[in-house]
Amino acid sequence: MFARARTSDKLPGDTVSFGKPAPETPPSRSVAARRASRRRRRLRQYGVVALFMSPWLIGMVVFTLYPTFASLYFSFTHYDLLTAPQWVGLSNYQFMLHDPNFWQSLRNTLWMVVFATPLQVAFAIGCAMVLVRVKQGVGIYRTIFFVPTMVPAVAATLGFVFILNPAGPIDRVLSLLHIPQPLWFEQPAWSKPGLLLLGLWGVGNTMIIFLAALLDVPKELYEAADIEGAGPWQRFRNVTLPMISPVIFFSLVIGVIYGFQYFTEGYVASVSGGLGSPQGSLLFYGIWLYQQGFQYFHMGYAAAMAWVLFIIIMAATLVLVRSSRRWVHYQGGFL
Amino acid sequence: MNRRAVPMLAGLTLIIAACTAGGGSGGSAPSQSSHKPVTLTVWSFFTGRELRQFNTVLDGVKKSAPWITINSVGGKQPSDILRAINSGTAPDVAIEPGPDDSAKYCATGAWISLNPYITADHVNLSSLSPPAALRYTSYKGDQCSLPMLSDAYGLYYNTDMFKAAGISSPPKTFSQLEADAKKLTKKNPNGTFKVVGFDPLQSFYESYALDYGIYSGASWYTSSGKSALASDPRWAQLLQWQKSFIDWYGYNNLLKWFQNIGGANSEWTASQAFETGKLAMALDGEWRVAFIANDHAKIHYATAPFPVADNVAGNYGAGQIGGTIIGIPKGAPDTADAWAVVKYMALGTQAEERLGEMLKNVPTTFPALKDPTLSGNPNFKTFLNIFANPHSGYKQITPLGSADGDLFSAFIDKYLAGSVSNLRAGLQNIASQIDKQAQLG
Repeated sequence: MFARARTSDKLPGDTVSFGKPAPETPPSRSVAARRASRRRRRLRQYGVVALFMSPWLIGMVVFTLYPTFASLYFSFTHYDLLTAPQWVGLSNYQFMLHDPNFWQSLRNTLWMVVFATPLQVAFAIGCAMVLVRVKQGVGIYRTIFFVPTMVPAVAATLGFVFILNPAGPIDRVLSLLHIPQPLWFEQPAWSKPGLLLLGLWGVGNTMIIFLAALLDVPKELYEAADIEGAGPWQRFRNVTLPMISPVIFFSLVIGVIYGFQYFTEGYVASVSGGLGSPQGSLLFYGIWLYQQGFQYFHMGYAAAMAWVLFIIIMAATLVLVRSSRRWVHYQGGFL
Repeated sequence: MNRRAVPMLAGLTLIIAACTAGGGSGGSAPSQSSHKPVTLTVWSFFTGRELRQFNTVLDGVKKSAPWITINSVGGKQPSDILRAINSGTAPDVAIEPGPDDSAKYCATGAWISLNPYITADHVNLSSLSPPAALRYTSYKGDQCSLPMLSDAYGLYYNTDMFKAAGISSPPKTFSQLEADAKKLTKKNPNGTFKVVGFDPLQSFYESYALDYGIYSGASWYTSSGKSALASDPRWAQLLQWQKSFIDWYGYNNLLKWFQNIGGANSEWTASQAFETGKLAMALDGEWRVAFIANDHAKIHYATAPFPVADNVAGNYGAGQIGGTIIGIPKGAPDTADAWAVVKYMALGTQAEERLGEMLKNVPTTFPALKDPTLSGNPNFKTFLNIFANPHSGYKQITPLGSADGDLFSAFIDKYLAGSVSNLRAGLQNIASQIDKQAQLG
């Protein structure tokens, strides 16, 4: 390696000199052969690794990378699935700005993200806390709370559409109690809350994770809190919540991502009344994207919508990750 | 020019000409069947009992083309056919449940034009099928599909209730329909509806057909291809009449009544409102005749053409029609043999009659409409007549598919609920959205 004199080391009148390295003696044949053999061996090793990784690599390239970049390309094209895509620049993105259904679907989706996600997390924590206290028949109760998760989304939605109709059991109970009975999936003000109830009913997955997290909170912390004279609320606020905060964070991130991609339940609940029925209140982002791509063959526009959704989800996740530094407590101090 | 270049260019021109032939509006000679044994794949949306019945008719192709063996695959939706076309694995013959996509298929060449085959076989389509049925299967002169069974919409009315209310004949205009419906509506002591005369809500069973414009004479598009929802005043008149009719009942009262009788899910069950006597008049398709018989509904009823707007009273007798289409997707290797199947199923009198009899739908050729088994039932005959009526029709088809109808329906949903304060501005907005959708990729 050449050594260059630092400017500060230079004295007036001195010339900067670079030392010439001693001419290298050509490597002997045996050294060169050894290097070549080592290189071949390394290449063989890489080859074996690549061979074992190839199923995943091929899958990744063919089923993930290619479709991802293809959809990015399609988003700048006019593509009807039947003829070759034609480059249209930013037209699809510009159209989005003036598409009332795009904005309506975004508003409906944001409603679900903002209201349904936190409520589902809170409800799951509540259910898990109840189950933690159960002493007998724990397995039965846990099963009962978890079973709704196993019901297919389409069947669950149809079930809710049935039980929430005016002739259904919920409205009958409300009628007996002289409480006004809403037309759940017929009135725009009640359609999304109806789906929110369905979401709460199916929080089994999240609840199981919270249950594990609650059982993982060290008992000594509660004992210490008791000694300090903490009440139930203070125990919950200062012990339970911080200890399960990583799971809350995880559930919120997953919930927000799922919320932005909300589709099946909204589609099934509105399908008999028309697009986004009643009155567009169930027109979610995913539904409008699907309509454009697979019903109207506007695949270019659908691809553009998919990329905008991707950016929105990324931004929301980043906000959550940033905010987590302030409220998520990791026992091992990872962050 | 190089001497060799001339014959090469001529050859190249010939090859290009050969490759591009058949994509246009017809005239060029179609490929001929070699009559060698061939197996053709036919995709349809039919399943279960309907698929079995359809297959028995399809087997009849053997009589006229014994070299053809059919591989019939049911349960295939338009999206499946589209994927197959894209991946080069399209079936030889495709059947779709509705005509919405036919313009798109024609415009993009996804289904080949049948014009060369029609010309070569000297088939006079206008003497075989009503013009309305040919309109919804062709686009800009290209007949890319043919109608193969259709639905027709008309009025079902409860004759006992009519007699009790002193109404001697079915209504022929919107104003008569509204007056009769009000007479026939009965309430329970608690104020809820016992019997609804006619439910004009768009989301009620098949009432959406009212908003296709056939009964009001309204046009979907102008001659320049722009949406006519705002420029044709008949749309605004139709919606205003419909809303005032709904307001007489009360929008929420109708919704509650509909939900209490089982909602949309009751349509295909024995608790359908007309079959149970909770509805005096209904806009419905020809299939209801078979449903009423199968469900042993204890009602006395008759059928008639659906009333039309008062200012187009001359159109009485026409109705909303539209149904199954059959065609040949691009890439099918044996198009000449595939044409033999399409021709047999869509234009063959025997096949059409048998399909109509078994599936209880309207056959789409004039000879099959005279089928004594179908026309022997006066309630069903009404729908055969509606189908043959020159004023009957389907929404004008465009490469937009169902997008225009979906956007308009969503708007009507809001307007009838009272959520749109300015109808004219709303219609202009929807018309503009539809025009912009047409430019979208």
